[in-house]
Amino acid sequence: MPLVENGRIVEDRYVRVDDDAPIPERVPVIVPAGRFLADADALTRRDGSLGVAWPNDRRVAELQPWLGHLALIALHFPKFRDGRAYSHARLLREHYGYGGTLRATGDVLRDQFSFLVRAGFNSFDVKKAADARAFAESVARYSVFYQPSADGTVPALRQRSQKAPAAGKPRVKA
Amino acid sequence: MYVYDAFDRTLVTERVAEFRDQVARRLSGELTEEEFKPLRLMNGVYLQLHAYMLRTAIPYGTLSSEQLRMLAHVARKYDRGYGHFTTRQNIQYHWIKLAELPDAMADFASVGMHGMQTSGNCVRNITTDQWAGVAPDEIEDPRLWAELVRQHVTLHPEFSFMPRKFKIAVGSSSHDRAALRTHDLALRLHRNSAGELGFEVLVGGGLGRTPFLAQTIKPFLAKRDVLSYVEAILRTYNQFGRRDNIYKARIKILVHELGPEAFAKEVDAEWQSIKDGALALDDAAVDEIAARFRYPTYERLDDGPPELAAARRANRSFDAWMSNSVANHKVAGYAIVTLSLKPEGGTPGDATAEQMDAIADLADRYSFGEIRVGHEQNLTLPHVAQRDLPALWRALAAIGVATPNVNFISDIISCPGLDYCSLANARSIPIAQEITRRFHNLDLQRDLGRLHVNISGCINACGHHHVGHIGILGVEKNGEEFYQITLGGKADENATLGTLIGPAVPYAQVADVVEDIAAAYLELRQRPDELFIDTVKRTGVEPFRERVYATR
Repeated sequence: MPLVENGRIVEDRYVRVDDDAPIPERVPVIVPAGRFLADADALTRRDGSLGVAWPNDRRVAELQPWLGHLALIALHFPKFRDGRAYSHARLLREHYGYGGTLRATGDVLRDQFSFLVRAGFNSFDVKKAADARAFAESVARYSVFYQPSADGTVPALRQRSQKAPAAGKPRVKA
Repeated sequence: MYVYDAFDRTLVTERVAEFRDQVARRLSGELTEEEFKPLRLMNGVYLQLHAYMLRTAIPYGTLSSEQLRMLAHVARKYDRGYGHFTTRQNIQYHWIKLAELPDAMADFASVGMHGMQTSGNCVRNITTDQWAGVAPDEIEDPRLWAELVRQHVTLHPEFSFMPRKFKIAVGSSSHDRAALRTHDLALRLHRNSAGELGFEVLVGGGLGRTPFLAQTIKPFLAKRDVLSYVEAILRTYNQFGRRDNIYKARIKILVHELGPEAFAKEVDAEWQSIKDGALALDDAAVDEIAARFRYPTYERLDDGPPELAAARRANRSFDAWMSNSVANHKVAGYAIVTLSLKPEGGTPGDATAEQMDAIADLADRYSFGEIRVGHEQNLTLPHVAQRDLPALWRALAAIGVATPNVNFISDIISCPGLDYCSLANARSIPIAQEITRRFHNLDLQRDLGRLHVNISGCINACGHHHVGHIGILGVEKNGEEFYQITLGGKADENATLGTLIGPAVPYAQVADVVEDIAAAYLELRQRPDELFIDTVKRTGVEPFRERVYATR
């Protein structure tokens, strides 16, 4: 599955480690939520970037004590239609002020990109190669948004009340 | 009338481009039907029994004459010359070709219309009272708030893949004409004891196989907080609503399982953290949207012009229509006129392209170019000078939309049923048509008085059968169409779910049963002005049950 960051297809620096596999030293790793919570103190002291794969049926509030130590949080979309992780992304960005990498994993398709970016994701484990190549085009599709969200775009309501007309160019950055 | 600005126009244009690309990818095979399905659904495109169906939103039921002409154009160019107005202030076309859908959407976009979020598991078209802005009992025009919420939830990045669909209605009158308590979320404008205007917030209403009426979770919400509170409700639902079973995924089940108090507590905790953030409304932002609503410049007229009284005396048919289809307006000398889309033998809510064009012309001439769509599947001309009523009536009668049966037994709410819908178990439209034939005598209808018959062709309850005075639900038994009959439901400010009267009856007997129920009412009522619904409330369903099943 191609990984998209900063609008481009990139190599994944992270290694996914299962529940019982040994954790390699000095390599960026993503560990499952249960393993992370069971051993959070030791894992956060480890040398090397740490990421956690968070399932969409657990409250993200559980991660709050560790957010400063997590370089990446992977939020999962088991199905395209299951949108719980959008709320988790916004809560992490806007409520808990999480500034690390938010990665979307699972059933990640082209027509979600714009929503994902606006919810605060900045790393995309894209299911299909053709969709990954179309990333920049897809997120540029909309140039105006009605609502404020995690990517900091100025919504139409604010622009209107500040009398700033639509610039007509894409505001989404990824 | 809300008038689109550059932001709104840009967004719908970009939406059409996106959908055109998605359709091209589907036609080329790049997208599977499974992948395409949620995308088309979010543009109001369903796959029905015979063809694709396109549903287009009429936000809060307000249309300009230009928009109505476009509805007619789409009916003529891409469909079979008619459209169907639904119970949620949408219009549906049942015979659209996939390859032509993007062009139809581009035509809609040219007049500021779209099908965004008319289906799919997102916030659907926001509905309100079709008399908004003109009803004498209204506190404030609810459409401003419907529009603010509409904009906020349109292509919302967080709430486009919720557990299930989400329906919002906004009301502002003492009489509820928007069926508020049947909605996932209802916002009711009212004044608190300090005299301030704000919203009562109700959640968890919905019909379908497990009907619930919405419960109040916040008696008073300041206007500035409406967007943040809606956001908190949606965020709570998006995270905790059930996704394991499609029949338990609506917010009503979450509210029911948690209890309204616990649900309200969860919402409140979320709301406290966001209420003073970017979603808090300030006057400038609200004024900006309010300024985009155009209102008619009414003439100074008196109520009851002498020529109107003379016309009523001179023509009994006109007088009957006046009594039935014309309501008081908040401005002196004006009236609200309902156009019945329920002719004898017709399909409830259908209008032909020719009728739509003619109504658009009449709206320009007599109603400041404005038309409304109500959840009862009729149209309204909201600003008619009383002196023009005789001429308007003649023109409406000539195109078949002046049947004086509004709120009577033949003014039936019906879903499309098995004639079109792939979900249906039974036909709805032919049942409605047969009932209108049985009760074609208008004197009998008048004698029966206000009596709402609502028909759904399956348990999903698109025809709102639970809240019909007489509710008819199609079910399937051993491959045959049967119908359950409920009595005593109502959708207004005293909303109630109907009570089942007994075993389902076969297709051929439904109209007979309705006749029996009507006859029983005429015998049971204490006075001629005791409405059907009040008789059912007083007697319960038992005497009706006895009457219906005595010979069956």
